[in-house]
Amino acid sequence: MAITEIIFWFLSALAVISAIMVVLSKSPVHSVLWLIAVFFAISGHYVLLNAQFIAIVNIIVYAGAIMVLFLFVLMLMNLNKETEPQKNLWMKLTGVVSGGCLLIILISLVRQATEIKGKIAVTKTGDIGLIKVLGKELFSSYVVPFEISSVLFLSAMIGAVVIGKKD
Amino acid sequence: MLSLETITNNINNWLNNHVSSTWATIIEMLIVGLLVIGLFAMLGLILVLMERKVSAFMQIRVGPNRVGFKGSLQTLADTLKLVLKEGLTPKGADKFLFNLAPYVVMCAAMLILAPIAFAKNFQIWDINIGVLYISAISSISVIGILMAGWASNNKYSLLGAMRSGAQIVSYELSAGFSVLCIVILTGSLQISDIINAQQNGWFIFKGHIPAIISFIIFIIAVTAETNRAPFDLAEAESELTAGFHTEYSGMKFALFFLAEYVNIFVVCAIGAILFFGGWMPLHIGNWQGFNQVMDYIPSSLWFILKVFGLIFLIMWFRWTFPRLRVDQLLNLEWKYLLPLSLVNLLLMTVVAIMGWHF
Amino acid sequence: MGAAYLLVLLFAAIAFSAGGILVAKLLVKGSKNAQKAEAYECGIPTEGTPWNQFNVGYYLFALLFLIFDVELIFMYPWAVVVKQVGIAALVEIIIFIFILFIGFLYAHKKGALKWI
Repeated sequence: MAITEIIFWFLSALAVISAIMVVLSKSPVHSVLWLIAVFFAISGHYVLLNAQFIAIVNIIVYAGAIMVLFLFVLMLMNLNKETEPQKNLWMKLTGVVSGGCLLIILISLVRQATEIKGKIAVTKTGDIGLIKVLGKELFSSYVVPFEISSVLFLSAMIGAVVIGKKD
Repeated sequence: MLSLETITNNINNWLNNHVSSTWATIIEMLIVGLLVIGLFAMLGLILVLMERKVSAFMQIRVGPNRVGFKGSLQTLADTLKLVLKEGLTPKGADKFLFNLAPYVVMCAAMLILAPIAFAKNFQIWDINIGVLYISAISSISVIGILMAGWASNNKYSLLGAMRSGAQIVSYELSAGFSVLCIVILTGSLQISDIINAQQNGWFIFKGHIPAIISFIIFIIAVTAETNRAPFDLAEAESELTAGFHTEYSGMKFALFFLAEYVNIFVVCAIGAILFFGGWMPLHIGNWQGFNQVMDYIPSSLWFILKVFGLIFLIMWFRWTFPRLRVDQLLNLEWKYLLPLSLVNLLLMTVVAIMGWHF
Repeated sequence: MGAAYLLVLLFAAIAFSAGGILVAKLLVKGSKNAQKAEAYECGIPTEGTPWNQFNVGYYLFALLFLIFDVELIFMYPWAVVVKQVGIAALVEIIIFIFILFIGFLYAHKKGALKWI
């Protein structure tokens, strides 16, 4: 077994176990920290695919910024034991059913997708993930989506302000 | 001439000649590990002493002068004291996270060292997205700080951690934009490319007005990011005792303290690399004679001089400016520094495209 | 190859911290005392849980930071190719920053950038 394969399986196991721990943790703060572990494992996968830029962006945006936001939200919500809403059995059951449906759909989709079949992710090759290539692509073929994304940012910012400042 | 580059090459050759290549790699890794640990210990000892001596100098005092020659062993004595202190875990604390937090902060501080070039061709990993990597890892230390504050089960700690988090993430933006200005000039994120692009002059001279503005923004932003005075309201003694590490004692406290000083070193090293050419000696355009004279000074010395110059600057801030309030702190970032750095970015783009830089 | 050195650094950090803590543990013979484990306070026991509700301002700033951070990351690929693309890059980024600046001005007008 090649070393990349070992790393791949290790990272995958780490990602899955951490993801399970996100759901199982009693404390929301622990869930957030496990989620950070998930993001790190996924970043490792990106590095294996020679997409260092995407890997780093994943860490900066998800593990850095969004997790800080989540932690702030947890502090904001004042999650004491008493104030936590009680989840009854029916709620849990519906959660399991809806989550299971999504899982079944995803698995069947992946099984049916013919173009993925027989294709193995090639590690450490290709330069599509390198920043120079990305920059050239972004500013030659994808200029309009790039500019539209700024409108998306604008709407996100306005939304944040409206939510945060009720008056 | 003896330089760090020739030493590393000699060690590499010697190892490859005497043992198999796998063992050579393993031994090299061990050497690197020991070197960074040594660097950490040395930085802790030197920077804490330097801080105290600089403070004393600013206040016309003598400073520590009992242990060793002119107090040079003072930090060693302090470390010994901290090692001999009992490490307490407060009641009701989240034990696992409480003990994990110092490791996270230390790992973040250590990982940032990877792309930093300490001398010519002397760096651990010349990653091709160097500066982006640095900002990614520094965002991890926020997680460590929030973890420590939350796990301590103490109001001071949590308040300090929240303030610290808000402050670090805010100022990361300005620091990022000022780094971007230099990236525009080089067209590369790799540290070695950035340094080599400064062969005929440092960026602070080559980029003139926009580079100077971005340097000023950068130094303000990193002072805030490292929670240094005048931006130290995350651990303002008079309000929050010690901020997020109020409950930490003994060696765990020492680790936080050390990580803080290593972070100061790291941000100053980044500042030196981006704006003052890292290990690149002072070169002026095509003045061959002058450049050659400057090359006689070893590159590692240049790097150390620049970094410690910037560290001195940051220590100087501490005794010059009074501490800001929270609202002033966030005002400074969001109302002044962020718009200014956006405008500066446009200015730098114009300068770079028109070729108005040297 | 270089990525392996990240692991080396990681191990070095863990070894350094664990070594320090372990040495301290071996050297120090601590005494048990119920008072010692109390939270650090002014002398009066802490009132209520420390996990209080925090100001919404933190959340707002974190959200704004997130948006600007993503924008900043969008600009890195741009900054790398600016010199090759030339004047078109300048036009693109002026439009990009202009649209964002509208949002920034809106947030400023609404007082979202004011603390408390």
